[in-house]
Amino acid sequence: MLNKLSQFFMRRRNWSIPYAIFLLVFVVVPLVLIVAYAFTDEEGAFTLGNFRKFMMHPEAINTFIYSIGIAMITTIFCLILGYPAAYIMSQKQFNTSKTMVVLFILPMWVNILIRTLATVALFDFLKLPLGEGALVFGMVYNFLPFMIYPIYNTLQKMDQSLIEAAQDLGANPLKVFTKIVLPLSMPGIFSGILMVFMPTVSTFAIAELLTMNNIKLFGTTVQENIYNGMWNYGAALSLIMLLLIAIMSFFSNDEDSVQNESGGVI
Amino acid sequence: MQETNYIIEVQNVSKYFGEKIALDNISLKVKKGEFVTILGPSGCGKTTLLRLIAGFQTASEGEIRISGQEITLTPPHLRPVNTVFQKYALFPHLNVFDNIAFGLKLKKLPSSIIEKKVKGALKMVGMTDYEYRDVDSLSGGQQQRVAIARAIVNNPEVLLLDEPLAALDLKMRKDMQMELKELHKSLGVTFVYVTHDQEEALTLSDTIVVMSEGRIQQIGTPIDIYNEPINSFVADFIGESNILNGTMQKDKLVSFAGHEFECVDEGFGENTPIDVVIRPEDIYIFDPSDAAQLRGTVTSCIFKGVHYEMLVQTEEGYELMVQDYNCFETGREVGLLVKPFDIHVMKKERTCNTFEGHLVDENHVEFLGQEFECLPVKDIEAGATVKVEVDFDRVILQDNEEDGMLTGDVNFILYKGDHYHLTVHSDWDEDVFVDTNDVWDDGDRVGITIAPEDIRVIGC
Repeated sequence: MLNKLSQFFMRRRNWSIPYAIFLLVFVVVPLVLIVAYAFTDEEGAFTLGNFRKFMMHPEAINTFIYSIGIAMITTIFCLILGYPAAYIMSQKQFNTSKTMVVLFILPMWVNILIRTLATVALFDFLKLPLGEGALVFGMVYNFLPFMIYPIYNTLQKMDQSLIEAAQDLGANPLKVFTKIVLPLSMPGIFSGILMVFMPTVSTFAIAELLTMNNIKLFGTTVQENIYNGMWNYGAALSLIMLLLIAIMSFFSNDEDSVQNESGGVI
Repeated sequence: MQETNYIIEVQNVSKYFGEKIALDNISLKVKKGEFVTILGPSGCGKTTLLRLIAGFQTASEGEIRISGQEITLTPPHLRPVNTVFQKYALFPHLNVFDNIAFGLKLKKLPSSIIEKKVKGALKMVGMTDYEYRDVDSLSGGQQQRVAIARAIVNNPEVLLLDEPLAALDLKMRKDMQMELKELHKSLGVTFVYVTHDQEEALTLSDTIVVMSEGRIQQIGTPIDIYNEPINSFVADFIGESNILNGTMQKDKLVSFAGHEFECVDEGFGENTPIDVVIRPEDIYIFDPSDAAQLRGTVTSCIFKGVHYEMLVQTEEGYELMVQDYNCFETGREVGLLVKPFDIHVMKKERTCNTFEGHLVDENHVEFLGQEFECLPVKDIEAGATVKVEVDFDRVILQDNEEDGMLTGDVNFILYKGDHYHLTVHSDWDEDVFVDTNDVWDDGDRVGITIAPEDIRVIGC
């Protein structure tokens, strides 16, 4: 008996069982439930009514589009701020002790809600109005490290001799960047975009806190519906959001496969 | 102007990386159209020199000129040179065509001309029809051809090659060597080629520059370098050789291995200690007879394909390597003979270790960062700067680092027929030269000890 038990634990494959159970209970089952709820009405009969309701409901669609817009703006800001930061960090002469990397990653050690509450306090202190601007600021602040890190990762792994080869063939520093460094860091950029866009498009806590509940994002709509017992409609909205993110990932993975230098996180 | 004969002029160039000296006062001139090889062991500074010419690093001191133009501080993209990198450095996001066209597109040439030139370059390296292949789908040899095509398509005045064949297997390397030589002939461009492979250097070059420890040891044609090595380092690095201690008795008479030999060298003075180099293929081996200058016993005999390589222990206790088409089995008594012009005599770089130090007190002297006990020194005041001499064979090496007064790494081993001559790089960053009968390996950590009676203190 004991022998059999120890044999069971010796097999490397069996070590994954605890996580497999976790995965089943907290990932697979909820996903199945979301799909099941989205395609049924309150009596449990199959229906496409939930999706029809979304299509007929201009407010929901507007929120949806608005959320995508905010997520895009956040992602663009993160890219504009994050790329140069990642580039500087990847240059050895600026970053001999990796202090910079730690400094950029440091905010991630603080809980996201605490950071957001601190942002609210900061805006109050500076007498700045909360609202759209504060929302974008808060999201960029929260998600910037997710943009920097994958880009830093690809840049840092880049073969230095490729840059030298480009210089050698007559490329000035600008051309080296546009023809070699930028194309080769594309996997990192896509990874970063995905990692910023995904959480921002579905966020609701940050939006509530930073806009005093004045601006509604799609995440908020989903949350409100679920909260008010409209599980079927809420599930349908979640599914739409999941679909959007899935399409995004699919496209960027496709780009990744073109770039053979895979340095991104995803 | 006579200067224009030289396409590359490197003048008194030094390069430091922090405290470390990578290049120490290098001067080199390369003629237009020449195939120059910079040859040396790893870490000798050959790649650094190439990178200075390419512009990836800048010289700490000195001046570099290409076609008479000072380019010491010019960034790489403005230099009329192109480089073939050791690991090819092909752009992974571009296909073969775009890789080769990279330089041409930057020059904004019309696309019809670009296409013609790229096709021409591909044809030259024997890669026609590979234009639209992904570079990662190519083999190592093919990638290297693309890298060469990418460099030559820009018509550089100088083509720099940084160990381009090091990653290829032997057969492929031999083929590529021949192709490179052909390419050099047909292009007429100056090639500067860096390698650690002496055979490659001898095969390819018009001129070989032998480097060691950041300095140029010898510049010459392959034949010169092979036949008349300037010092024991070059002799040992290029080809197989027997290097022995000897004494120049007078002009045209040298003694080594316990005998006197006629030779063709003169001008060394009388009774001067020298190094003798004899190539193994220059020693005649035969059954013992009156013609023999040396007699001995074969201790090992290995078939090497074209010839046999034999080790002969002479009656006087010297071991010589001999190459011959005939086989003399192990244990056989043989006679040896060397013709006068096959004896190469080299001035010794040094006859004993010389260090700079200072006298601490009558019985102690400090050098190599350590205080050593010495025999009582008279006539010199304590604290004075002194010269310290230690004979090669009086330096004792120990396995156990802690047993030594200081420690170092063995970094060059030369077999001298009856003993080993080692260069030990001490942790004080000065070399200590040691004669020993013990066998050490390159890279061994050793303790170094010198007995008080073996330290000669000389006032300055």
